[in-house]
Amino acid sequence: MGLILEGIKKAFYLLITFDPEVMGITLLSLEVSGIATLISLLIGISTGVTVALSRFTGKRIVVSLINTGMGLPPVVVGLFVTIFLWRNGPLGFFEILYTPTAMIIAQTVIATPIVMGITLAAIQQLPQKLRLQILALGATRLQMVWVLIKEAKLPLLAAVMAGFGGVISEVGASIMVGGNIKGYSRVLTTATVMETSRGNFDIAIALGIILLLLAYFINLVLTQIQQKERPR
Amino acid sequence: MNEHLPILEMKNISVNRGGTLLLDISSFLIHEGEILSLIGANGAGKTTLLQTLSYLLKPFQGEIFFRGKKVETNHSVLEYRRKLAMVFQEPLLFDTTVFNNVASGLKIRGMKRGEIRDRAMKQLERFGISHLNDRSARTLSGGEAQRTSLARAFALQPEILLLDEPFSSLDPPTRDSLIEDLEHILQQTRTTAVFATHDRLEALRLSNRMAVMNEGKILQIGFPGEVMNHPVNEIVASFVGVETILTGKVIKRNGGTFVTSIDGREIEAVGDAHLGETVVLCIRPENVTLSTRPSQEGTSARNVFPGRIVKIISLGLYQKVHLHCGFPLVAYVTNHSLEGLSLTEGKEVRASFKATAVTVIRKGES
Repeated sequence: MGLILEGIKKAFYLLITFDPEVMGITLLSLEVSGIATLISLLIGISTGVTVALSRFTGKRIVVSLINTGMGLPPVVVGLFVTIFLWRNGPLGFFEILYTPTAMIIAQTVIATPIVMGITLAAIQQLPQKLRLQILALGATRLQMVWVLIKEAKLPLLAAVMAGFGGVISEVGASIMVGGNIKGYSRVLTTATVMETSRGNFDIAIALGIILLLLAYFINLVLTQIQQKERPR
Repeated sequence: MNEHLPILEMKNISVNRGGTLLLDISSFLIHEGEILSLIGANGAGKTTLLQTLSYLLKPFQGEIFFRGKKVETNHSVLEYRRKLAMVFQEPLLFDTTVFNNVASGLKIRGMKRGEIRDRAMKQLERFGISHLNDRSARTLSGGEAQRTSLARAFALQPEILLLDEPFSSLDPPTRDSLIEDLEHILQQTRTTAVFATHDRLEALRLSNRMAVMNEGKILQIGFPGEVMNHPVNEIVASFVGVETILTGKVIKRNGGTFVTSIDGREIEAVGDAHLGETVVLCIRPENVTLSTRPSQEGTSARNVFPGRIVKIISLGLYQKVHLHCGFPLVAYVTNHSLEGLSLTEGKEVRASFKATAVTVIRKGES
C-alpha cells in the first residue's frame, strides 16, 4: 500500500515539475504512435473502402486475411520487422533498427489491418442501394466514396480510436525494434517495463498514469468528433 | 404527343448478368412532358430498365440518345446523369438533417450556398415538410422520409425523373396522400417522369402512357385505357387483371352517385365525380351477375343491361363470360350457374352489377 501511495506522490511531482526526461518520453510516444496511426489511416481507409466497394474473385480470401491481420500478435510483427531491418537483412542497409523510425514502421504494420478491417465492415454495412442513390444524384465516383465515408463516420472514427489505442499501448514490438534507448527510442510503455523490472515503482506508476491520461484525452477528442453534430 | 425529337431514346439495348438476359429492348422512347409507367411482376425488368436509363447499369450492347445526342464517354455519362434524378423504394437518406438531405444533390453539383438554400427551401415547402427542416433524417416516419427523398430529387430540377416503386413501402393512407401531392407537383412542373410499379391502379391514375414488362421485354406500350382494354396477349391481360375498363363522361349526378355515359348506355357509380368530368370505370368480373329472367325484381343492382354472350372461357372452378351490352363486359360465373342458366355463346342475357361495385378513376375535366 505504501508503495502505491509513494508512486502516486512521485507521479504528481514529476508531472507538476515537467520533469524533462518524462516529458521527452511522453512526446516521443505521441510522435511515434501519432505518425504510425496517421499512415495506417491513409493506407487502411483507402484500401478498406476499395475492397468493400469492389467485386473480384478471391475477395473472400482477401477479407479474411485483413480480418486475421487485426489480431496479429505485436511481438510477431516485432520479430519480422527486426529480421527485415537486421544488419544483413533485406532492408539492413537503411540502418534504422533501434531507431524511432523502426518503431513507427512496426506500429504502422500493427495498426493498418485494424483500420482496414473496421473500415471494410463499416462500408459494407451501408445499404447497397445507397451507392446507386448517390450516383443517381449526379456524383462522380470520388464524390460517392466521400459521401459514403461521411455516412460511415461513426464506425470509421471507432477505427481511428482502435488503431491509435492499439499502438499507444503496444510494448513488445516497440522494445524489439526500438531498443528502449534512453533519450532516443524510449517511450512510455517501454520505459514502464524497464522501471518496473528495476523496482522503481514510483516512476513506473507515474508513467502508467501519464499513459492512461494521454489515451483518455486523445480519445475524448476523437469521441467528440464522432458524436458531434448528431441532430435530434 | 409532339412530333419532334423524343427526349430520350433507347435502341437495341440488352443487359446481362451472369448469363441471364435481364433486359432486351429493341426500341424505347420517352416523350417530353409525359408520365410513363412501367408495370409488371417482380423480376420483369422494371428496375433494370430504370437503372439502365440512368446509366447506373451499363448495357451490354445498345445505345441511349438524350435529346438526339448519344450517351457514351465517361464525361457524357456524368453530364447526362446530372440531367436526371432517381427516387427508390427506400428513401435512402443521409445521416443528417432533412434540409441537408434535400440540399445534398445540389452540393454534389457544386452549386452556390445561397442558391442551394433557395432551391431546397422551395422543395421543402412544396412537399409540406419545411417544418421538419432541422430534424434528423433518422427520426422521420416512412411518409416524411419518402417526401424528403422526393424533395431531394426535385431540387435538382431534373429533365427526367425516374421512380422505382416509390410508394410500395408506405401504408395506404400515406400512399394516397403522397400520390396526390406528387400528381399535383408533376403537373405543375411539367416534369417528364418514368415510374415503375406493380400496382396497376396507381399506374392508371398517374400515367399517360403505360408499358407492360415481362422477362426483360416490353410487351405492350400505349395509353393506359388502351393497354388495359386491348391487351396484346394473355400475359399482359393477366397482369392487367381488371377485366372491364370503360372510359366515359359524367352526365348526371344523384346525391352520392353519378351516371356516366358509355357507348350510349348509362352506368351508375358511387362517388364525387363532377358533371362533364371524364372518368374511367373498372368493374371486376366477380361483381357482375347474369340472369335469364325477363324482369329484374328482387335485386338491388342499379346497373342492368341486356346483352349477348360473346365468349365463354373455362377457368377451372369457374367460367369467364364475355358479354356485349353496348359496351364490353366480363363476368365470372360458377360452373353450377352456367349449367343452371344454360349459358351458351350467343345467348341473350341480362347483366347487372351494383353501383358500389364500380371502381372509379377520375380523370378531371378535359
